[in-house]
Amino acid sequence: MATAPVHHQTRPITVQAPPASLERVPLVGNQRSPGWLSDRIAGVIEGKTPNWWKICFGISVTMMTLCFAMVLYLMSTGVGVWGLGHPVMWGWAIVNFVWWIGIGHAGTLISAILFLLRQRWRTSINRAAEAMTIFAVMCAGVFPLIHIGRIWLGYWLFPIPNSNGIWPQFRSPLMWDVFAVSTYFTVSLLFWYMGLIPDMAVMRDRAKTKIRKIGYGLFALGWTGSNRHWSNYEKAYLILAGLSTPLVLSVHSIVSLDFSVSQLPGWHTTIFPPYFVAGAVYSGFGMVLTLLVPLRRLLKLEDIIRVRHVELMCKVTLATGTIVGYAYMMEFFIAWYSGNAVERFQFFHTRAADPFIIAPLLHIKPAPYWWAFWTMVTCNVIVPQFFWFKKVRTTMLAVFLLSILVNVGMWFERFVIVDISLHREFLPSNWNYYSPTWVDVCQFLGTFGLFFTFFLLFIRFVPLIAIAEVKGVTPQADPHHPLGGAKVGEAH
Amino acid sequence: MSAPYAIMAEFETPAAVLRAAGKVRDAGYRQWDVFTPFPIHGMDGAMGLRNSHVGWFSFVGGCTGYATGMLMIWFMNAHDYRIVIGGKPMFSPFSAFPPSYELTILFGAFGALLGMLFLNRLPRLHHPLLKNRRFALATHDRFFVVIETADARYSESETRRLLESLGSRHIEMVEG
Repeated sequence: MATAPVHHQTRPITVQAPPASLERVPLVGNQRSPGWLSDRIAGVIEGKTPNWWKICFGISVTMMTLCFAMVLYLMSTGVGVWGLGHPVMWGWAIVNFVWWIGIGHAGTLISAILFLLRQRWRTSINRAAEAMTIFAVMCAGVFPLIHIGRIWLGYWLFPIPNSNGIWPQFRSPLMWDVFAVSTYFTVSLLFWYMGLIPDMAVMRDRAKTKIRKIGYGLFALGWTGSNRHWSNYEKAYLILAGLSTPLVLSVHSIVSLDFSVSQLPGWHTTIFPPYFVAGAVYSGFGMVLTLLVPLRRLLKLEDIIRVRHVELMCKVTLATGTIVGYAYMMEFFIAWYSGNAVERFQFFHTRAADPFIIAPLLHIKPAPYWWAFWTMVTCNVIVPQFFWFKKVRTTMLAVFLLSILVNVGMWFERFVIVDISLHREFLPSNWNYYSPTWVDVCQFLGTFGLFFTFFLLFIRFVPLIAIAEVKGVTPQADPHHPLGGAKVGEAH
Repeated sequence: MSAPYAIMAEFETPAAVLRAAGKVRDAGYRQWDVFTPFPIHGMDGAMGLRNSHVGWFSFVGGCTGYATGMLMIWFMNAHDYRIVIGGKPMFSPFSAFPPSYELTILFGAFGALLGMLFLNRLPRLHHPLLKNRRFALATHDRFFVVIETADARYSESETRRLLESLGSRHIEMVEG
């Protein structure tokens, strides 16, 4: 039987520029070269200390001192200095813990999950976002540690042999949390540092002074840019991204188990793990935007962190914010559908019943904290909807202001979950109203000082954009692109 | 003056260094390397490198972490200090899972980082190339092919001629 002759293509595949209509907005603006990227990003560190930096640093350090002063006051006096009392035994400290740790999640999402999804735009923002993660987890860690009352016994949380011959009790989700948060901090630090090694080498090779050369040289570990090293490095980076992905999903899931494993109405919900993770990513992206939108302007990084990056981050915020809104709806639906009187009471009477519409409509008493609930809904459900509009996503001032509201909303979400649920429990004789004291407020403000002190030091001494990674996504770095030296007509 | 460590050729584009690497590999050199400011896609193939072994370090780390978690929790709560909490079993793989899962990731991550450093023989405080002024551009925007003089095929004239034929505009010897 005759077969059709097979025509082998003998003409080599040639390199052609893609049609202009298919070209995406380049990740680095103005066709900046790899050398320019080194100069610009390292220039942030090598240049003179800007005045705004000095002012911000002064304010941050002062606020950080407030954080330590409040811890000292708490230690010397006792937890009575906080507004805690029966039945609200978890006040602002736990709210702040969950809030800060949630903020960290965007950093890991950007560094790990977006890496696995091959989202190349992440390279411009991952370093700063990961730094944000580390400092946010540090701030978060302060709260459970000082919340235990006798702070000097904090080491009992860890499985360390002690003279009492006792061990931690691993059947409690609080113990799981200790492992989740400390692992999260350690792995985030490892991942961040590994990404830094090639950039530390960049700083070492550019250093003009002996101190810089030795300082950056020590952290660069003798990195030369050898391709044999890059090969192992890229594999290790991929593995760390693969490990951080289940890690970041587990951390806020385990944090949510602190609540959902208990029996309290408002806490005892199976939806909590995914709902917490979505909220965490939402608030984290809010914080990344709050930090990077002014920074790209102040440090003249508009060619590297482009409007497109900001737009993409707004889209992630919109997506996760909408998931959070869906979760709120689901909580109410299940509370109603379950037919459980206490669940219904928790959601409709103690959360949603505002004195103007819902309470009169349902003929019930207004909820004491209705304003906290409705602040949460406004900031977390309505605010992100503005990001549907390209005009909003590309207006930097609007993005900045909305991103702050995102985190206001997420703080209130944690307040609603932790404190509103607690202040109306099963027995009406146990009900009480909770208010924070000035120590609670100053302690929370103090952690902002801690966070910004570290963040400002970071942008002053560490390349805040992953230099090697951003170079890698330019067309000049692609050996198959004409700008990368590929000859038109050359066979591969 | 000690014997030279290597011969170093500079290239200006990733495409040029990728072409050069393929030719050096085909010429049969063994002790040579390419130095780039960022990883170049396809370079492992051009150099003839095999898949990295970092994964094994991470795998062993992860298994160790999981076993450590499970054994530790069993030992602490079901063996060394037994105490009834809310009628729950002394040991259950389910309640022991979350901490063990976290330890899997923790040890796996240490395995990946330390394995990478071990395979790369890092950290090291000194390298002959790091003394070379020109080589500092390897972390900036230049690409280098370096063939060590210790390579069996190395010959002062032949190797230099090969590198020149590959289009390098700057070739120099690196001191040991």
